[in-house]
Order: sequence, then structure tokens, then C-alpha cells
Amino acid sequence: MRALSWAYLALAYAFVFLPVVVLVVFSFQDGRLPVPPLRGFTLDWYAKVLADRKLMAALVNSLLVAALSSAVALVLGFLAAHALARVRLPGSALLRGVLIAPMTVSYLIIALGLLSLFNQIGIRPSLLAAGIGHVVINLPLCFAITYAAMGDHQKNAERAARDLGAPEWKVLALVSAPMLAAPLAAAFFLSVTFSWDEFIIAFLLTRFDVTLPVEIWSMLRSGLSPATNAVGSLVFLVSVTLVILLEILVFRRSK
Amino acid sequence: MTLAARDRRLGWGLLAPALIWTAAFFILPFLAMVALSFASMDGRTVVHGFDPGNYVRIFTDWTMLKALINSLEITLVVTVVSVVLAWPLAAIIAFRVPARWQRLALLLAVLPFWTSYVVRSYSWLLVLGQNGVVNKALLGLGVVAEPLQIVATRSATVIGFVHFFVMLLTLTIYANLIQLSPNYARAAQDLGANRWQVFAHVILPLTLPGVVTGAFLTFVLCIGDYITPQILGGNAELTLPQLIMLQLGRSGNFPLASALSVVLMAVVTLAYFAASRWLRLDRV
Repeated sequence: MRALSWAYLALAYAFVFLPVVVLVVFSFQDGRLPVPPLRGFTLDWYAKVLADRKLMAALVNSLLVAALSSAVALVLGFLAAHALARVRLPGSALLRGVLIAPMTVSYLIIALGLLSLFNQIGIRPSLLAAGIGHVVINLPLCFAITYAAMGDHQKNAERAARDLGAPEWKVLALVSAPMLAAPLAAAFFLSVTFSWDEFIIAFLLTRFDVTLPVEIWSMLRSGLSPATNAVGSLVFLVSVTLVILLEILVFRRSK
Repeated sequence: MTLAARDRRLGWGLLAPALIWTAAFFILPFLAMVALSFASMDGRTVVHGFDPGNYVRIFTDWTMLKALINSLEITLVVTVVSVVLAWPLAAIIAFRVPARWQRLALLLAVLPFWTSYVVRSYSWLLVLGQNGVVNKALLGLGVVAEPLQIVATRSATVIGFVHFFVMLLTLTIYANLIQLSPNYARAAQDLGANRWQVFAHVILPLTLPGVVTGAFLTFVLCIGDYITPQILGGNAELTLPQLIMLQLGRSGNFPLASALSVVLMAVVTLAYFAASRWLRLDRV
């Protein structure tokens, strides 16, 4: 039973890592196709990718959209969570439901809805349009994470601050936010990784300036190439670094 | 003004930005889409109105209906296979791996989850292709004489999906398992249950909320995904999202694309009601 467990674990890891290993290994392929046999080791594809203006522009766009849309989603989500956790409002269960609702809807539908709305009111496809969409998908996440993290301990500290005469914005900025630093950071990082990786909204709502997943998508249309492997490996490196940072900074400290 | 009234005004003030954003960029677009699904096309121009023709077409045109059926079949297979594969993985990490290594084991098991979604599908293309690693290995071992055609079939789509959702489900099921008190199993054993009975009648039912939550997320994300079937399955058979994108791209038929999206949304809503008894979305 025990041996079987470890065998299953090993097989599962092999399955999970197989595509990533193949991706990374063949990004060093000294040849035109990223498939076996491995012909030799080269860093040419990385050099080529890093010198690619369009790709680098898309990378910057992605970072920009991810950072800004996550910041907006975090602020909106935090304020809403604070309101619903602290003040008794009529219909608060319904309000929570409305705020969470975008989580249960396919990104494709959100994208299509925004596309038809933007078409009708004359907003052209752009990074801004995609960013608006990314706030829509990340707001429920930021709201849910911060809402779940608000406890009685913070409630008392906030009440004390209020009793001592602090205006509400000061309570929020100097008491609530610092006490919720870990969940706020977790919500922000998660939003960044979701936005950074999001394809369909960005694909439908951008045109000339695009984000990285959209640019990678257009690379795929010209067939298999170790250059795509190199981009993919770099993206993997960035995401994994983010996840490990999150793990170390947020979860280690919160324990 | 009383204190309660002041509090309430403050609450609405803090809530307003998020509510306005959700109303303007989620609810309004959705209503616009529903309205558009009842419009029709005259050549390449959209004629607004109340014409149920798009919906009639979806349920009478075999291409459309087949896409819906394909999507449902693929999603159901993916959900079941992913749960069956992920449950033991989560259980092994929760019960066999020493406590201090569990977080690392879990982090590793889901690490590729954080890589780019588009790139992940592309990687499976490399693995499963005619000249890919799997075919080269099978040929080399003499298991097959000819390379298997996996890419551009439903199998490739299912494998790509299962890979992603095994990681997702491992997370939700693990979260559920780790909260279970070992006392339940002990009590059952004391009362004479054997290992199988403990598993089937105690542990498994207790993980149902985690399983259902994960399975529901899998269902929603899988049935709405365009990338994986497009990259791995190709155009041999279409899924609903592929059909929607085709309507947008090739023919610019926004009304039909909207109607298809409403149908997709309805399917997800049905799944939600089917699962809602056990669903704990707030505990993901």
C-alpha cells in the first residue's frame, strides 16, 4: 500500500511535469524544430526572443495591465469587503452574491459582453479595454479573499481608532490595511498572475497593442518553433518566481 | 443623523465603487449580450429586434447542436477523469507525506498550474505530436509501428484539460482532506470498520464538498475554454467556445455568437443548481 502510494505520487509528478520539462529542454534545441532528437545546446532562441521588439512590447503591456488592473481590483474589493464586514446593510447576502458573480461566468462570456458593450458606446479595442475586463475578473477574487480575512480582532482595533477620533479613511489606511497586509498581498499577487496569463479577454479586447499571451498566440500560428519554447520557459520562470515570492513573503509570515 | 444612519451611508459609500464597476462592466454588458442574441443579420449588418431565430438555429442546425454535445461530452469526461486522478494524489500528499514536507509537495504538484495557459497547451502539442516525445518513445520501445495520431483529436484536448484540472482539483481536495479530524477514521475503526469501509463510508463522503466545489470549477472553466480545444483538438470537431469564436471572426455574426454564449451560460447555471447542494464557493 505504501509503495503503491509513492509510485502513484511519482507517476503523478511525471505527468504534471512532462510538458514543462519538454518545453524547457527543447527551448535549448540547436535546430529548427522543438521535437526529438535533441541536436545540441544553444541559447540562440533566447537571444532571438529577447531581441524581438514586438514580444518585449507585449511583455511590458502585460506587466502594465496586470499591475494596474490588479491594483484597481484590490482597492475596490477591499473597500467593498470592509463595508460588508463592518456595516450592517440591507440585502448584504445579495450584494455579496452580485460581487462574487463574475467568478462563475466564463471569461469568454465576459469578454464577449464587454466587446458588444464597447462596440455600442464606441470604445475601441485597446489595453485599457482589456484592463477593464481584467478588473471585472479579479474584483470578486480580491473581495472574497479580503472579506474572508476580516475578523473580530481587526474590528476591535478599528473601533478603538474610531473612538479616538480617527476619520474613516485613516482607520482604513492606518489600521485595517496594515493588519490585513498578508491577505491583501495574496489577493494582489493572485490577481497579477491571473491577469498576466489571461488570454481570451485580452485577445478580443485589444487590437494593435497586445498583451503577452496574445502575442504568443500569434507566434503559435506560424507553427512549432524553439523560439516559442524560449518565451514559454521565460514566462514559466517569471510565474514561478512570483509564486515562490508569494509563498515566502506572505504565507511564511502569516504562520 | 443617528450613528446607525451615518454608518449605513458610509457603508454604501465604500461599497459603491465595486458595485458600480460590476454593474457597468459585468451586468450591463451581459444584458447587452442577451439583447444582441435576439438580433439578426442582414448581410453583414446587425438588425436589432426580437428575433428568436438564433436560438432556433442553435437547436436545429446539426453543426451547432454537435458543438454543444461535444463540449458537454468533453467536459464530463474531463471532470470525472480529473477527480478520479486527483483524489488519490491529494490523499497521498495529505496522509502519506510527512507534515513538514506537505506544503512543498503540494506546491510542486501544482507548479505548472502557474505557467502560461497558452504555453501549457502548446507544450502538450510538443509532447503528443507526430514527432513528439510520446510517439518517439513508443516507436523506440517498439510498442507501436506507426506514430499515433493524438494531436488534432479529442484525446489531445482531454489530456491537456486533465493535466490542468488534476492540479486544480488536487488543491481543493487537499484543502478539504487536511481539515478532517483523524478522530472520524479512528471512531469508525473502533466500531469495527475495515480500511475499505472507513474510506467508502467516512472519508470519501466527508470530502464531498471539496470534490463538488472542484468539480464545479472544472466544469465551468472547461466548458468555457477556447484555447485547449483550439490548440490541441484543432478543427476536427468543434466545441462551443470554438464555434463562438468562429462566428465572431469569420462571419462577424455577433448576434449568433451572443446566443451561443447565452446557451453556454445556461448550461453553467444548470450545473450550478445541480451542484449547489454541496457547493462551498466561499471555502475554495
